[in-house]
Amino acid sequence: MRRYGLRGVAVFYLVAVLLGPLAMVFYRAFERGLHPLWSSLTDPNTIHAFKLTLEITALAVPVNTVFGIVCALAIVRQRFPGAGIVNAIVDLPLALSPVVVGLMLFLLYGRTGWFGSWLQGHGITVLFATPSMVIATIFVSLPFVAREVVPTLRELGDEQEQAAHTLGASGWQTFRRVTLPSIRWAVVYGVVLTTARCLGEYGAVAVVSGHIEGKTETATLRVQDYYENFNQAGSYGIAIVLAAISVIVLLAMTLLRPKEEIA
Amino acid sequence: MSIEVRNVSKRFGSFQALDDVSLDVDSGSLTALLGPSGSGKSTLLRIIAGLEQPDSGEIRLAGEDATVVAPQKRGVGFVFQHYAAFKHMTVRDNVAFGLKIRKQPKAAIKARVDELLGLVQLQGFGHRYPAQLSGGQRQRMALARALAPEPKVLLLDEPFGALDARVRAELRTWLRKLHDETHTTTVFVTHDQEEAMEVADSVVVMNEGRVEQVAGPRELYDAPANEFVMRFVGEAISFDGDLIRPHDLEITLDAEHGAREAQIERIVHLGFEARCELTLDDGEQIAVQMTRTRVAELELEPGQIVLVRRPGVRIGRELPNVLG
Repeated sequence: MRRYGLRGVAVFYLVAVLLGPLAMVFYRAFERGLHPLWSSLTDPNTIHAFKLTLEITALAVPVNTVFGIVCALAIVRQRFPGAGIVNAIVDLPLALSPVVVGLMLFLLYGRTGWFGSWLQGHGITVLFATPSMVIATIFVSLPFVAREVVPTLRELGDEQEQAAHTLGASGWQTFRRVTLPSIRWAVVYGVVLTTARCLGEYGAVAVVSGHIEGKTETATLRVQDYYENFNQAGSYGIAIVLAAISVIVLLAMTLLRPKEEIA
Repeated sequence: MSIEVRNVSKRFGSFQALDDVSLDVDSGSLTALLGPSGSGKSTLLRIIAGLEQPDSGEIRLAGEDATVVAPQKRGVGFVFQHYAAFKHMTVRDNVAFGLKIRKQPKAAIKARVDELLGLVQLQGFGHRYPAQLSGGQRQRMALARALAPEPKVLLLDEPFGALDARVRAELRTWLRKLHDETHTTTVFVTHDQEEAMEVADSVVVMNEGRVEQVAGPRELYDAPANEFVMRFVGEAISFDGDLIRPHDLEITLDAEHGAREAQIERIVHLGFEARCELTLDDGEQIAVQMTRTRVAELELEPGQIVLVRRPGVRIGRELPNVLG
């Protein structure tokens, strides 16, 4: 009986917190038929917002994937003083509110900020433009790959890598032929989480972007825009597309992943 | 390829793993590093392989200083206790790894892998994954993988430690045979004195980061350099203040000069041999090893009072009276 009780709680929680609101979003989007939904989604500013979101994601995900793997390798494999501190710092973006992250970037890259004034002098605009949005997104989505890879690397141990070394493999060959194939599913999972985080980023980007329609407006900002202008179909429509992209990425990963990993 | 270890020390934090160790391993020999856990034997092996760096001292391979040479360039094959199989690769790809790294032609790789799979009796297992093999098969695969690039030195770290007794015995014999055929300089680490004595030509006994004795199996047993070696290699008992082997004592029923009275507590039958557990006249407990024929001849039984004597004094050359 207790098993069913536990299951009941889990299912109820998921329905109430996750599925319910999601269903509501779908319902609201289609409430007034397809026409208002379609016209909102095909609005040039909306299309621009999607393009911008995808561009930012396409930049942030590879950067954080490489960084995450390098970071995890450093934390697990290198014996250096301060490895624990690095490990903790990687988690910082999870602990900080994205709005605070945005504010930090604002202070750094603003006209009177540390980097901002220097960059301004060289004719580079970061704030209220794509660069600051990419930086903000990279910052908030930074921990996911490292977080997934670190425990996998720990569990893997370094004997296989040492064996590869004694068989003549260089550091890079060992990484490519032994380490990477062993951690690949952790990396893939990390990438999926990073992608989802990038697509959904709002707070930090809202602060640094300036929220200029058709210029620095991402899909999530566009949702807010529509919502504030009482275009419910539009805001829910974009929300659905964002959700759909995340679901597709998740599904793709689940399908690609073999049923039973050979241990 | 000969191995020379010169004054090597290694410390892990506050633990002195190796303390000024020097050792010569002749080219083509089969050597065992024997010692209890924490004696530094694995650390020494890993330093020879280049997997650890010594804090001080020198490693010379084939007469050349190799102390700072990367493990990739030392020409050593290494076998780990827990196999270190590449889990995402088939048996065939595992064995071929070192050859692919060396960019050998495909046909040559295929021929060499086939040859090695035959050598380790894993023909027909080439397309399996390590998870689909038994422990003994995995270790044979690891051996084939280490042998594939034709290393000049084969190093094995407790290679049979994780296997059950029967497979252990099989692989020991197999390793000995392999060495007799290839004459590759081989060093293996073990904490099992029987394994060291059975397989190796030369046994290096280590304790607390130092080499206690280097000798052939027979010399090690007959002429242990000190009390540690005496106690670690084979059983040792103290009798009249001397450290001796259980079969260095003799049980008689005739009164003889120098014999001591003892009562038989228990007789343990170990197949061909039997062990008599005795209490001496001074209350000390000892065990005497003898053949079952002798037990039958004397009609020994628990509770019986017998005489114990030493026919000949056989004790370490350097330390004739270890406990005295």
